[in-house]
Amino acid sequence: MGKFKLFWKDNGIGYLFLTPWLIGILTLTAIPMGASLYFSFTSYDMFNAPTWIGFDNYTSLFSDPKWLQSVKVTVIYVFFGVPLQLAFALFIAVLLNKGIGGLRVYRAVYYVPSLFGGSVAIAILWRQIFGGNGLVNNILGKFGIDGINWISTPSTALYTLIILMVWQFGASMVIFLAGLKQVPIELYESAKIDGAGPMKQFFKITLPLITPVVFFNLVMGIIGAFQAFTPAYIVSGGTGGPLNSTLFYTLYLYQKGFTQFAMGYASAMAWVLLIVIAIATAIVFATSKKWVYYQG
Amino acid sequence: MEISARDARKASSQSKQKRKISKIVIHCFIIALGVVMLYPLLWMVSSSFKHPAEIFNSVSFLPSEWTLDNYTQGWAGVSGYTFGLFFSNTLLIVALAIIGNVVACSMAAYAFAKLEFKFKPILFALMLITLMLPFHVTVIPQYIMFNYLDWINTYYPLILPKFFAVEGFFVFLMVQFMRGIPNELVQAAEIDGCGRIKTYWYLILPLSIPALVTTMIFTFIWTWNDFFGQLLYISDIKLYTVALGLRMFLDSAGESAWGPMFAMSTLSLIPLFGVFIFFQKYLIEGITTGGLKG
Repeated sequence: MGKFKLFWKDNGIGYLFLTPWLIGILTLTAIPMGASLYFSFTSYDMFNAPTWIGFDNYTSLFSDPKWLQSVKVTVIYVFFGVPLQLAFALFIAVLLNKGIGGLRVYRAVYYVPSLFGGSVAIAILWRQIFGGNGLVNNILGKFGIDGINWISTPSTALYTLIILMVWQFGASMVIFLAGLKQVPIELYESAKIDGAGPMKQFFKITLPLITPVVFFNLVMGIIGAFQAFTPAYIVSGGTGGPLNSTLFYTLYLYQKGFTQFAMGYASAMAWVLLIVIAIATAIVFATSKKWVYYQG
Repeated sequence: MEISARDARKASSQSKQKRKISKIVIHCFIIALGVVMLYPLLWMVSSSFKHPAEIFNSVSFLPSEWTLDNYTQGWAGVSGYTFGLFFSNTLLIVALAIIGNVVACSMAAYAFAKLEFKFKPILFALMLITLMLPFHVTVIPQYIMFNYLDWINTYYPLILPKFFAVEGFFVFLMVQFMRGIPNELVQAAEIDGCGRIKTYWYLILPLSIPALVTTMIFTFIWTWNDFFGQLLYISDIKLYTVALGLRMFLDSAGESAWGPMFAMSTLSLIPLFGVFIFFQKYLIEGITTGGLKG
């Protein structure tokens, strides 16, 4: 038998089942990644052939005020939104885990916003709620407070989107709940006998034992938040306004690539995003040795 | 002796009472916060039945006068294209995406979980890496490629990738699940004369139904909510999805038509909610799989 025949006899069936995935990873992931890396060193508008310009795209990013602004907006969004969302999720999960009953109903109620959160419908709702004539100002009006138009005020617009992210804490809460269920109940009983109060129990038992879940939620939250797009697009009508205060990184990438057809520039932006996400994840991984506690 | 026993009983009933009170406090807090969380949603639903003027200046929950005008106005859609069309377009995309994901991801997962072949560890590691990859690094060349194939303004870019198992999350989820199927079962099937293909079809797939259902549900939700892909590839109103219809509505009607927009937004959330109500168990399992077993 030839070499190929032998290889096929041992591995053929495995590769047969893997064929769709292999084609996918090659044509829709690997080759596009190579292509986008190449484009990132070119000036390319889709209509004329790409011309090689070396690192120009990358260097001009740093003198592009809009790019710097989009980085700032996204970093604020990630740094405030993710920890706040996780804190809420953990807080509610701990309460629900106290054996109070009604768990299924409560879990459903808190999960629903996560289910809807990424939709255009909710972004539209948010635009109304925080608008000048919106629900928030109507409620404030009942207390005699004149609200501003939160969406069109540069200093507040981004924070309405952070509230939207925090509102969707349900998915991470579900993961926290599952993690909390795995903490052995005997630990709490012996802690009670030793006279540890609820706070002490939380910080000495619960938190250390669920750090792997905190870690998972943190990594996933960071990766997801860096890529957020829909809320900013809908709430700002695709502009990232007012005054670029909601110009998410991905929104600027979209504008550059698909409305201005600066494909090379947008590719460079995509690679910087990849690197930033990788670094952020790596930092969490590196510090995790200090704070994530694995049993056994 | 007797006195101290009575004291102990008294103390224990006191602590029981204390626990009961603290439980009630927790319930109240959770319910109150739940109401705050759901308030915007419920307000949107009730506003969709209000006359336009009432949406702006009332915090009150129930409409003073119920009306279906927003629904008829909203459903009429834009430029002669109704939301009925947008809904059926979306359903078509969702259905095909589900088929693609179930077929392609289950095949890859079977290979990774139950078959032996060369370079498996490397390929599996590659699959895990794709889980973390932001799609922005591939989307530009993909767009150029689909444009070259003349597929812009068709559903191919939204559907075909699913038939090539691009969503690593589902491959991973099914691998995790299939690993739990005992190898003895697989061997028994082989002794009974089942080849690898028959084993996949008659044994692995039926046993993996929970994982397949989870995949279907998540594909449904993600495809239904997907906005970026649809925005990128679809520009012809005839082909618009619900998400694009809502967006366009916002553009063309502006802030004047909150009522119809809320009506259509509400409708657009109903399928998600229905899926959630019926398949809660699978959804929760799907969310926790990654977090705990990963």
